[in-house]
Amino acid sequence: MKKIEAIIKPFKLEEVKDALAELGIEGMTVSEVKGFGRQKGHTEIYRGSEYTVDFLPKIKLEVVIADSVLDNAVAAIIKAAKTGKIGDGKVFVSPIDDAIRIRTEEKGEKAV
Amino acid sequence: MLNHLKKLTLCLTVGVFAYAGIGGTDMAFAQEDAEATTEVVTEEVAAEEATGPAEPDEDYLDLVATYGETFDFFTISNLWILIAAALVFTMHLGFATLESGLTQSKNTVNILFKNVFIICMGILTYLLWGFNCMYPGEMGVDWNGFFSAGSPVTMADYGGTDFSYGGTALAMTGWTDFIFQAMFAATAATIVSGAVAERIKLPAFMIGGTILVMFIYPVSGSWKWGGGWLDNMGFYDFAGSTLVHGFGGFAALAAVLILGPRAGKYVDGKIKPILGHSMPLATIGVFLLFLGWFGFNGGSVLSAAPEGVSFVFVTTASAAAAGGLASIFVSWIFLKKPDLSMALNGILAGLVGITAGADSVTLWSAVIIGLIAGGIVVFSILAFDKAKIDDPVGAISVHGICGIWGTIAVGLPFFNGGSEDITLVPQLVGTLSICAFAFICSLIIFIALKAIMGIRVSAEEEEQGLDIGEHGQEAYPNFVPNQ
Repeated sequence: MKKIEAIIKPFKLEEVKDALAELGIEGMTVSEVKGFGRQKGHTEIYRGSEYTVDFLPKIKLEVVIADSVLDNAVAAIIKAAKTGKIGDGKVFVSPIDDAIRIRTEEKGEKAV
Repeated sequence: MLNHLKKLTLCLTVGVFAYAGIGGTDMAFAQEDAEATTEVVTEEVAAEEATGPAEPDEDYLDLVATYGETFDFFTISNLWILIAAALVFTMHLGFATLESGLTQSKNTVNILFKNVFIICMGILTYLLWGFNCMYPGEMGVDWNGFFSAGSPVTMADYGGTDFSYGGTALAMTGWTDFIFQAMFAATAATIVSGAVAERIKLPAFMIGGTILVMFIYPVSGSWKWGGGWLDNMGFYDFAGSTLVHGFGGFAALAAVLILGPRAGKYVDGKIKPILGHSMPLATIGVFLLFLGWFGFNGGSVLSAAPEGVSFVFVTTASAAAAGGLASIFVSWIFLKKPDLSMALNGILAGLVGITAGADSVTLWSAVIIGLIAGGIVVFSILAFDKAKIDDPVGAISVHGICGIWGTIAVGLPFFNGGSEDITLVPQLVGTLSICAFAFICSLIIFIALKAIMGIRVSAEEEEQGLDIGEHGQEAYPNFVPNQ
C-alpha cells in the first residue's frame, strides 16, 4: 500500500477528485493548508501599507491506495492539477505498513 | 425655556392674566401685560388658563394655513424625532460591526462587549446627570455659560407633552427631547472604543468612557446646544461635527497617545498592517451608520418641518456619497489599489463633514464638503500611521479631523452662501476650544487611569487576544482563522 499526499491549488480540487473517482478510488481526505515553495509569497496593500503574504492557501489531499493503482493515480492527479504555471503544487508518495477499517476490522488492502 | 414656564405658573397662581405665547416668547412682555390687566381678571379665568391646552404659536398657525387643518405638526414632529432617535440607536450597532470588522478576530468579543457597555452606560448616565448638565437653562440666569452641574431628569421637568415644551422650533415632548439627545451622548465613548481597540484593559476603558460620557461631553455640549458661551458668540454646529464627532475624535487621540500602538504595528521604523478580520462586517457597519445618520442629521431639525428635514436628507446623503467617491479615487491613485476600508472611511468622513452644516450650507456645497472630507480622511489616516499613532479603525481621522473640517467649512462664505449669522471666527474658536477641551480632559483621565490601575493589557494577553484574556470567550469558537 502507498499513501499519496498531493499539495494542489484550491480551485483544482474538484477536477482532481473526479479524476481519482474515475479510477475507482473510494476515499480521500482533504485539508486547507498554507505554505510556499518556489512560488514564494506575494505583496498586498491594506490601508496604504504594503505587506507580504508568505504562506499561500493550498489544498492537501491524502489518499491511501493499493500498489497496483499507484501509477495511474499519480498520473491522474498530475493531469488534473496541472496549469503549467508556478505554484501548481507537489505530489509525495510514501509506503504504508498497514490499514484497518474500524467498523469491520478488515486489514490491509481490503481496508482502503 | 423651563424658566419661562416656572414664571408663567407663578403669574397664574397669583391671579393675573398672563398671555404668554409659546416657546421663545419674551417673558418681560408677558409680565408688562399682566400688570396692566391685573384688576379685571378673575381667579376663575386664571385657573382655566392654567389647565387648558397650550395655544399653538404663530409659526404653527402659518403651517396650518399652508398645509390645511389636518396638518398635525406636533404629533408628526414628535413621531419623527422618536424615529430619528431609533435611527441614531442603530448607529451603535453600526459602530459595533465596523469596529469588529476592522480588527482581528481574537479581539471581537472585547469590541462588542465595549459597545454593549457604552450604550447601556450612556443612556443611564445621561438620565442621571448628563441631560441637565448639557441643557441647564438660560445663560446668565440659570448658569454661567461655561459649566453647570447636572442632576437626574425628573417627571416634573421633562414631562412636557404638548406645544408648550418647545413650540414649533422644538416640536416634541420632553421625553422625546431626552431620548434623542441620550442616543447622541454615548457616541463619544464609542469613537474612543475603536481607536484604542485590541490593547486597552477593559476596566480602564469602562471607567474612562463613563467619565467622558457622563461628565465631560455634556459640559462642552452645553457651550453650544445648552445655550452657553459659544452659542452666545455665534458658533454654529447643526448636529455635532465638533460637539459629538470632533469631541470623540480628539478624546480618542489623547487615549491612543497614552496607550501606545499595538504590538507589531511599527517594527524597525516600518508600518506593518494588522488586517481587519471581516470586511463584510465592516461594510455592514458603514451602511448602518449611513442609515442612522439620516436620524442623526434629519432629527436635528428638531421638528418635522417639511423643507428642513427633506433638505437635510439630501445634503447628508450627497456628502456621504461624495466622501465615498473621493476616498475611492484618492486611495486608488495614491495607494495603487482601490481600498475598501478607505472607501468605507470616506463615506463616514463625508457624513461627519456635513453634520455641522447639513441645514445651512448650499446644496452643491454639501457635495464639495463631502468630496474634500473624503480626500482628507485618506491622507489623515496615512499621516497618523506615519506618526506611529495607531488607530485601527481610523476614528481619529474620520471623526476628529473631518469634524474640524466640516465645522470650519460652515463658516466659509463659499459654503454657507454668504450667511451673516455664521462666520469664520466663531467657527474656529468653537471647533478648537471643544476639540482641545476633549483632548485635555481625555489626556488627564487616561494618564490618571494609567497611574492608578494601568490601561494596557500584558504583551502575552495582547498576543493571545483580549477575547480570551479579558472575557475567557471566543467570538468564533471552533473556527479561528489564522492571521
